[in-house]
Amino acid sequence: MRRVISVIVLNEHGVLSRISGLFAGRGYNIDTLTVAPIPETNLSRLSIVTVGDEKVLEQIVKQLHKLIPTYKVIETGEFVEKEMALVKIPLSENFGGLDAILKAYNGIVANTNENFIVVMVADDTIRVKNFLKAIKKYNPIDIVCGGSVLMDM
Amino acid sequence: MKAISGSQMISEALHKEGVEIVFGYPGGAALNIYDETYKQKYFKHILVRHEQAAVHAADGYARASGKVGVAFVTSGPGFTNAVTGLATAYSDSIPIVLISGQVASSLIGTDAFQEIDAVGISRPCVKHNYLVNSIKELPRILKEAFYIARSGRPGPVHVDIPKDITAAIGDFDYPQEIKMLTYKPTYKGNAKQIKKAAEAISAAKRPLLYLGGGVIASNASELVRKFAKKTGIPAIETLMGLGVLAHDDENLLAMAGMHGSYAANMALSETDLLIALGARFDDRITGKLSEFARYAKIIHVDIDPSSISKIVNAHFPIVGDLNFVLEELIEKVEVNPENIKDWKDILSRYDKLNPLAYSDSDEILKPQWVIEETAKIAGDDTIISTDVGQHQMWAAQFYPFSRPRQLITSGGLGTMGYGLPAAIGSKCADPKKTVINFTGDGSILMNIQELMTAAENGIAVINIILNNNFLGMVRQWQTFFYEKRYSSTDLSMQPDFVKIVEGFGGVGFVCHTKDEFRKALKEAIKLGKVAMLDVRVDRFEDVLPMVPAGAAIYNMILKSKE
Repeated sequence: MRRVISVIVLNEHGVLSRISGLFAGRGYNIDTLTVAPIPETNLSRLSIVTVGDEKVLEQIVKQLHKLIPTYKVIETGEFVEKEMALVKIPLSENFGGLDAILKAYNGIVANTNENFIVVMVADDTIRVKNFLKAIKKYNPIDIVCGGSVLMDM
Repeated sequence: MKAISGSQMISEALHKEGVEIVFGYPGGAALNIYDETYKQKYFKHILVRHEQAAVHAADGYARASGKVGVAFVTSGPGFTNAVTGLATAYSDSIPIVLISGQVASSLIGTDAFQEIDAVGISRPCVKHNYLVNSIKELPRILKEAFYIARSGRPGPVHVDIPKDITAAIGDFDYPQEIKMLTYKPTYKGNAKQIKKAAEAISAAKRPLLYLGGGVIASNASELVRKFAKKTGIPAIETLMGLGVLAHDDENLLAMAGMHGSYAANMALSETDLLIALGARFDDRITGKLSEFARYAKIIHVDIDPSSISKIVNAHFPIVGDLNFVLEELIEKVEVNPENIKDWKDILSRYDKLNPLAYSDSDEILKPQWVIEETAKIAGDDTIISTDVGQHQMWAAQFYPFSRPRQLITSGGLGTMGYGLPAAIGSKCADPKKTVINFTGDGSILMNIQELMTAAENGIAVINIILNNNFLGMVRQWQTFFYEKRYSSTDLSMQPDFVKIVEGFGGVGFVCHTKDEFRKALKEAIKLGKVAMLDVRVDRFEDVLPMVPAGAAIYNMILKSKE
């Protein structure tokens, strides 16, 4: 089962390692992990996407609570979840239809140079996946996906 | 506020925390700390002979005294040697502060001499750890370290301090109070849950108290005794809970688990309401989970929320300190003795059917006899530490523990080599008590160098080696489950233990007979020196009952395989 967890922690040395260690110590994989400071506080927010059965996840949530630097763990309720992806395509490709695809996914051209164009989308996880499928026909030479960023409602 | 060095801050902080003794071993990165230790008058420093022993000694001190144990080690190998000690303390929730020296801040990350990522290594085996980045944060970190170690579910805390920070000068502004945004243990249990639990206890026909090390850690043994007396509910103890109720308490059915008594394990299997107090459902207790307490609703009281429903699902989860929870429970619970009379009768029959027993012999010393006889000779005013193996289980089964903090043993991690340094720490905590370490011929060799620490400091601990020329417990498993293929467990080649202890400045005895043992133990107690009794016991004695790993707890092997 896919689960999303938002963890607010003290922004201090080694805290990310403590959290990832909790997952690693149980032989458990994190699908995506993003972390950034919360403006004007000494806290950071981690957005974690993981997969596992209910019982193990419950235990992980409890262990997250148990960590000394943990301020809050949010794992239920409604989340806004967005992911982003950057796609690098050679300029030699035929770009017919690219505008329409970008428009459909709220994508933009992030940058270009004499060899490549880099396009970007930020959207729901499933829509980002669909975008990556759609863009495949332009033979991208590199795709970079960011992890999910979560906000509880 | 005065400006002092980081090393002085450590001494001052230890003084403010009431630390009287520190176990440790110096080294390059800890030189500033040791220079200050030499100069200060607040605490005594005991030089151990291996860093692992420093942490075990601090751990033994903490278990025996209920205070925080403290150890100093240097960086790199000094720290890595200490890790087993941290893991041992973490498994059993023992409050320790370990201060390690680290290479200078400018060298961190350069693979400098004796550099290791100490906080990275200790992270999974401590309650919390710190790498100190600045002299400014050192006082706060030291204060937090002691607070975290002793509050909530206790545990070891590791503080790694670079050498330049122990030399740096800063203002010593030691916080009076702790203000942590994120760490707030829950002490008071939920009143509604406690009320529900009290109702369930009052209504149960086959209730059972399940007492773990958390009762001892929270100093709630007196309240548990009060609760047991008021309700008359039968009780079992885990290895870590031994001594919560006195061995002769009419409600106690002895230890449960893999080597628990028949009555205790049957009680676990047939209870309708398991009242778990400060116990964590270790696999050595539960056996096959699906069969564990299969007819029971479970009340689980624990200060650590993550312990509750971790292994078995609790029907009445109560997060809180036992002292608060038990006060309320005792007030609310009313057990009609008639309600549980049949249950107590059944358990009494189980106890008579297969009591904890052994076949004694006058031809060859039985390890169980040695343990029982030790209690008779040494009296009640003893602290017993153990290493890990058969002797540990026999001590748990046959030593008549009468109070909490009387048994000092590595339960969770099962650390061979723990017994001697832990005995040293225990003796430092309570010098007037006789301290006896039951050990094995395998275990004792893992930290035997600590005889030197004991001899040098006049710490009169008595080591009783139940010597069966085997790694006994592993041999027992090989007997039962590996068709007697004794792979690497035969320890027929033996050192001369008497010469060893004499070489370290202590006294030694070899005992083949009951008379030799009695005489040697009395002599060792009288001499008041570090002592070693090499007691030659039956090579093939097994610890029974035994539950095979993964089997249901009621499927006990009751007889030896011959």
